[in-house]
Amino acid sequence: MAAKKKLMQGNEACAEGALYAGCKFYAGYPITPSTEVAEIMSVELPKRGGKFIQMEDEIASMAATIGGSLAGLKSLTATSGPGFSLKQEALGYACLTEVPCVVINVMRGGPSTGYPTGPSQSDIMQAKWGTHGDHPAIALTPAYVQEILDETVRAFNLSEKYRTPVVVLYDEIVGHMREPITIPEPGDLEVIDRAKPDCDPEDYKPYDDKHLIAPLAPFGEGYRFHVTGLNHKEDGFPTNDSEMIDINNRRIMQKIDDNIDDICKNDESNLEDAEIGIFAVGSTSRSAKFSVNAARKKSIKAGLLRPLTIWPFPDKAVGELAEKCKVIIVPELNLGQMVNEVKRVAAGRCEVVGIHRVDGEPIKPAQITELIEKYS
Amino acid sequence: MAVAKQKLSVPFDYDKYLRKDKLPHIWCPGCGHGIVLKSLLRAIDNKELSKNDLCMVSGIGCSSRTPGYVDFNTLHTIHGRAFSFATGLKLAKPSLKMIIATGDGDAMAIGGNHFIHTCRRNIDMLIIVYSNAIYGMTGGQFSPTTPIGSIATTSRYGNVEPPFDICEMAKAAGATFVARGTAYHTQELERTFTEALGHKGTAVVEVIDSCPIYFGRMNKQRGASEMMENIEKNGTVSVKQVDKLPAEKTEGKLVRGILHRVEKPEYCEQYDKLIVAKATK
Repeated sequence: MAAKKKLMQGNEACAEGALYAGCKFYAGYPITPSTEVAEIMSVELPKRGGKFIQMEDEIASMAATIGGSLAGLKSLTATSGPGFSLKQEALGYACLTEVPCVVINVMRGGPSTGYPTGPSQSDIMQAKWGTHGDHPAIALTPAYVQEILDETVRAFNLSEKYRTPVVVLYDEIVGHMREPITIPEPGDLEVIDRAKPDCDPEDYKPYDDKHLIAPLAPFGEGYRFHVTGLNHKEDGFPTNDSEMIDINNRRIMQKIDDNIDDICKNDESNLEDAEIGIFAVGSTSRSAKFSVNAARKKSIKAGLLRPLTIWPFPDKAVGELAEKCKVIIVPELNLGQMVNEVKRVAAGRCEVVGIHRVDGEPIKPAQITELIEKYS
Repeated sequence: MAVAKQKLSVPFDYDKYLRKDKLPHIWCPGCGHGIVLKSLLRAIDNKELSKNDLCMVSGIGCSSRTPGYVDFNTLHTIHGRAFSFATGLKLAKPSLKMIIATGDGDAMAIGGNHFIHTCRRNIDMLIIVYSNAIYGMTGGQFSPTTPIGSIATTSRYGNVEPPFDICEMAKAAGATFVARGTAYHTQELERTFTEALGHKGTAVVEVIDSCPIYFGRMNKQRGASEMMENIEKNGTVSVKQVDKLPAEKTEGKLVRGILHRVEKPEYCEQYDKLIVAKATK
């Protein structure tokens, strides 16, 4: 069967990816520049036995999304900066209670209301540290319309597999860009569903520490269990036992740390012999790719490391880059978020310089090329 | 003996619904929350509801600890947002029988917006507001239902804010069943809960409850029994009597009983009827 090609906007591709992954529940609140995701889900979900609800605010949207997931449905919400801030407490609840769900954040200029129709990459750190307490974080950073579809599917897979919320971060440029993409046929992409318990309901422990990730029973199917945002024991009930608190708090981090190779994903171009490395995500990585190609034509040994998983941070790939390059250039649409992580990993092995822009304009290839040529 | 003449309740097996291994509960001596739970469990039994279908969701606070003690599908969430978690659950799985356990602070302050919109949607759930006019869990701060002049740890000079009327709020927001009960009138509360559990749509039951440890201690109502007596004698009047009594006997009193009941389309049913029907045509 011929592949289905379609001209599609980034946010449309996101909805397409969610539906492909089997998303059956969406709760959201209108916010620029992510609203198209909600609009499409409101049309498509009722056709496919799914549920869409527009909640009264961003906090309620996150809460309802978690509720939908606890009922057993793959659940999605989409937002942007201010809404992402509002969702943070409930997002942390999903981390601790280990409820899978996917949160799309189409990044716009900030802080505050900022520049709603302008691109930004200033929620990179919020995706990691936005909610209080130590907690696991998985965040994906697609840069192309096709990738938004593919990575939304992967976000659901990681969320279901690791029983944790997954954030998809892409900037407004990619969200509103239109590109021809291939719609996958059923079976083309892997789709993972959460593990469900097969034990007797009497024996079910929702946080059984025999498993790194315990199976999750949907509510209303005979497994009557308790879910709380308090530190809890393996049976789900609150505890003040310091040993139990420690075990659980470490386990929710460990389930990510132990599976970094499965979660991390990078796209590398011209890195084999690179002396000048670029580290970039989203629309900025597209400019970087252009600059790398231009540099290669001038026989400058530049290469691009483009992470598709920004959290957990690609320490291994950045470390390898720091070993071989004299400089890593980090262009990003913020005043310095990823660059400090790259410096942490490089640990003095090479120079690390940032290119930062917060005027609502993209970082253009010329800006990156100028720096590449300076170091060549 | 006088007791022998009273109509005694049929022996009731509370253990059937409780997670006995999670008891004793955390509520203070003299708190009315356990009494509210007792009336609720009896009402659940009256309606012969299945534990596998029952889903109790709560926010944060003393009342919100209720789900931990009942052998249902239970969800103890974050402050003020129980309504939203419950809305997601109910829409995703309409076979669940939703009960929200919340307090005056959880429902009326931090969760006020969600409370209003839940009532407006008329989604099928019973919302029980344990109303004791104080933030108990955090040690006695004034709440949106604390009377003017009352002392709390954050209103040492007397509360200056006028209190919300939870039932009026629920009715105005669109709840289709609104009632008020008390932790003193337990049999009446059981009947009210039974009616509320049979109602299709958003049912709000405010239960006037007492917090002797914080509210009582700071407001010269020194004991649990004294506070209970106050609910009985001074605090409330039955909806059946309110029109028959002279104004001076009802002034300043809260009205107990079923205050509002109308039939209106329920959210999940409307979703299927209007949205799904059109989407799949």
